Amino acid sequence: MIEILWFIFDIMLVLLLLALAWTTCSTQDVMRAVTLFIAMGLLLAVIWARLKAPDLALAEAVIGAGISGALLLSAIKDYPSNLMVSHRSPVMRGMINIFTIALTILMSWAVWHGIEMSDGKRLSEQVASQLSISGVSNPVTAVLLNFRAYDTLLELAVVLTAVLTVLILNEKRADHKVISPLLQGMTRWLVPLLVITSGYLLWVGAHAPGGAFQAGAMLAAAMILLQLAYPSIHQGFNLYLLRLLLVIGILIFVLVGLWMMLLNDDFLAYSPAWAGSLILIIETAATLSIATALTLAYLGGRPTGWENGLKKSASHKDSHTDNGRVK
Amino acid sequence: MIDIMAILLIFFGLFFFLSGSIGLLRLPDVFSRLHALAKADNIGLAFVTLGVIMLEPNILNDIKVVIIWLLVMAASAISSHLIARRALREHRGDD
Repeated sequence: MIEILWFIFDIMLVLLLLALAWTTCSTQDVMRAVTLFIAMGLLLAVIWARLKAPDLALAEAVIGAGISGALLLSAIKDYPSNLMVSHRSPVMRGMINIFTIALTILMSWAVWHGIEMSDGKRLSEQVASQLSISGVSNPVTAVLLNFRAYDTLLELAVVLTAVLTVLILNEKRADHKVISPLLQGMTRWLVPLLVITSGYLLWVGAHAPGGAFQAGAMLAAAMILLQLAYPSIHQGFNLYLLRLLLVIGILIFVLVGLWMMLLNDDFLAYSPAWAGSLILIIETAATLSIATALTLAYLGGRPTGWENGLKKSASHKDSHTDNGRVK
Repeated sequence: MIDIMAILLIFFGLFFFLSGSIGLLRLPDVFSRLHALAKADNIGLAFVTLGVIMLEPNILNDIKVVIIWLLVMAASAISSHLIARRALREHRGDD
């Protein structure tokens, strides 16, 4: 009886996800598309939880639905309010449809093939057999920061590159002027909670679902909330520190990698005895970098006074005016 | 006995969610929709939380559920306030 109910629930989840995905892509109104996309992210988080992948569920809820939602919502502010998706020609639309359907079939085949072809040496078993020397007991963290640490390093580089592009292209978006005392009151309660939760996620990543990306996104959410409640808060940023925080994740990662290369002849080949501590150090730095990167991406460009070199950003009112000047 | 009560409470909560959603779909303007959604969902969530607490013997998990309930209540109250204020501004601007 219970199994049948779960089955019905799962089928409903999948159908709802497909319907949401379809309406997200086919709607003409950008605002509606973004809202539906956020809803789809939340639904996807529930589905990951149902698939017993709590790490992915957490990441999807925080990054996919939360932070991406905030980034998209702040991005569409740059467009006129009645923005519609550009009207593509029927030929173009048909080609996009054919390409998408082909991609779906190809990916379904790849997944099916992967399950069919399993020859008893699944990757998860390899991970499980090496878990004891990885320094952590959570297999997901072991893969992300030990066995496939290279991938994670490059992922951090991708995030950094994206944010550098944002910083090169734009000034920060104009502050919204409306201030809500109620929102400020809630923010004062919520931000400490978010910081604690972020630290918890970072720490717990060693043996349970959590980790740098979730923790970093949570910290960025706290920053975004602060920015929404107190629009001028970014003027108090120490820009020198901000630059350091932006790159510290990759810096520490590469330094650890090189250090381990001196000891063990291979880049990022940790000594098993230190692996746990090294992973924690890297993850802490990565959390700070991811949080900074996502916060800057939310601001949509260089904060006030970014060009003025390494001077501490003063909170004086007319700092807007020296912005364009080349030093 | 406790199970049956818990299930009844959860269904009672779901009924409020349902009426809130119907209100969201059927009512004419932003303010009445917010009214339906925020209030019905909060009371619905309260009943679901009560039901879940009755089913879950672990006191730590119960505390977590209560914290989630409080956070959702605060977030829903504040976001309703923000949406309503924005709608009010646009409403005045149109006049």
